[in-house]
Amino acid sequence: MSPGRRLHDDIIPRTRKFLRLLALYLILIALCGFVLLPVSWMLTAALKPDNVPFYNIPPHWFPTEHFEWRNFENALLNPVRPFLRFTLNTLFIFGGNVVGTIFSCTLVAYAFARLRFRGSGFLFNVLIITMLIPWQSQMIPQFLLFLELGWYGTYLPLIVPSFAGNAFFIFLIRQYMRTFPRDLDEAAKIDGCGYFGIFRFIILPLCRPVLAVVVVFMFLSSWGDLLGPLIYLNNTDQFTIAIGLANFATRYSPNTNLLMAANLVMMIPPVLVFFFAQEQLIGGIASVGLKG
Amino acid sequence: MQAMQWSRLRGRSHGKRKLGIMEKREERAAYLFLLPWLIGLVVFIIGPIIASLFISMTDWNLLTPPKWVGLKNYEKMFSDRDFYNSLRVTFRFVILSLPVYTVVSLSLALLLNQRIRGMYFFRTVLFMPSVIAGTAVAVLWSILLNPDVGVVNQVLTTVGVVQPPRWLASRDWAIPAVILMGIWGVGGGVIIYLAGLQNIPPHLYEAATIDGAKSSQKFRFVTLPLLTPSIFFQLITGLVGAFQVFDVAYVLAGRGGTRASALQFYLLNVYEEGFQNGRFGYASALSWVLVLIATIVILITFRTSERWVYYESEEGKS
Repeated sequence: MSPGRRLHDDIIPRTRKFLRLLALYLILIALCGFVLLPVSWMLTAALKPDNVPFYNIPPHWFPTEHFEWRNFENALLNPVRPFLRFTLNTLFIFGGNVVGTIFSCTLVAYAFARLRFRGSGFLFNVLIITMLIPWQSQMIPQFLLFLELGWYGTYLPLIVPSFAGNAFFIFLIRQYMRTFPRDLDEAAKIDGCGYFGIFRFIILPLCRPVLAVVVVFMFLSSWGDLLGPLIYLNNTDQFTIAIGLANFATRYSPNTNLLMAANLVMMIPPVLVFFFAQEQLIGGIASVGLKG
Repeated sequence: MQAMQWSRLRGRSHGKRKLGIMEKREERAAYLFLLPWLIGLVVFIIGPIIASLFISMTDWNLLTPPKWVGLKNYEKMFSDRDFYNSLRVTFRFVILSLPVYTVVSLSLALLLNQRIRGMYFFRTVLFMPSVIAGTAVAVLWSILLNPDVGVVNQVLTTVGVVQPPRWLASRDWAIPAVILMGIWGVGGGVIIYLAGLQNIPPHLYEAATIDGAKSSQKFRFVTLPLLTPSIFFQLITGLVGAFQVFDVAYVLAGRGGTRASALQFYLLNVYEEGFQNGRFGYASALSWVLVLIATIVILITFRTSERWVYYESEEGKS
């Protein structure tokens, strides 16, 4: 075999591999641009003073010229839209939901995961079906129920239902609880532990990782929830961050730079949570998808 | 299946009587553990669903007591332009968005499944927008998509698009604009597909290579069939979500004009009829119709799934 031929055999696949890799990177970088450039443009726009044009041709993608940090102050600390208050309100609802969800969903998941009882298959199917029922079917009667109870204009309608469990989280925790070996329960039973004891002292402590996933999901949904607070809250002092932002965008015809500043701040907490809890979040979503 | 488990359990037992008591104790404990959910099921789900059927047959504005009107609310829909429009908007969104999201998130998952340097970084960046609240995404993109001076159209003009779409200012492009916002946050679906991809046993690819399959054939005959459960899962959750679009619609359609009708999603219309116009009876009827439609669509999807979803575990794993 001549050396020339060997070179030929070697070079062509190598070039092809290199070009493939190059194309891959170019596509990935372009996609990152699609994700990041809007955010960077938003930061640039949020830092513009009122007296310069908001839109430029060509667009200013990066904050290089103007640094009007006071926009953030003006956007968020205006007494008409107390975003600090909105944030605290949102966190309060989130906290209530964490307590309620962890209390109810772990109990229910334990029964589905580790206890044998007649009707368990049927009830589990019911649980799955409730995940598929559009919320609209319950929205209006639920509202009327809470109105009747005198809970309109309070946080109760946004917190109390979490004490009755959430189908998605029950499912998630149940899948996790099923992975522990049965011997755990049996051993505890022989030691004289009742079912609640097994749940409280054996199973629950092992569930910390999945509960972390649940809390992350709950934060994202509480932070973003618009319809619930919109229906039940009627006082600016009680509003959540999502209502605050939606009102800012639709009602007050705002200075767009201030709107961008508020919007950016609204995006930061979920993104931070994502960075710190990325593994858990991805693991949680993936496990649901695989077993669903 | 449940009955089988029980008989197996009994068969294995030595002292039947004693275990019977144990079983009973376990069952009682189980229902105690289930109690919060069972109460919630009745109070927050089943009760309201039944109640809404009655409410939908009344005229009720909360100020005066409800008045029984029979099926009148349902008849009214036939001549209600908002009803037709919101139904059309929602269906247009369902039909356009589901294929787009499926193809985009599947391709993205294949891309992110490559083993190359820096993949962790790319994944982190591309998943990031999926956690951002719908309200914030809508506010940002409504500015980016400004038809005259917005960034998106400037980029499109630069790459040679002569007449870029007018996006939210146009009847035809408003829904695609919403879908574009969705693509920005498509990460959740990508994660599902990525997990599905990584769950495919490598020996299947090795076997295909030995049989001389090209990479396109491997995709067609190994990857795609084994991903059908993930695709199905995404399709169902996507459908449920698509029928309940609200945040984006509320923020974008809030200012009236073309947008208001082009983005009059079904749930937004229900919200407006109920909570803004105070027609709770009519809004309940509207909800019922959507739930009915959604149920039918989801059932059809489940039915067809038997034909195209491949379940590995059926082949005698358990």
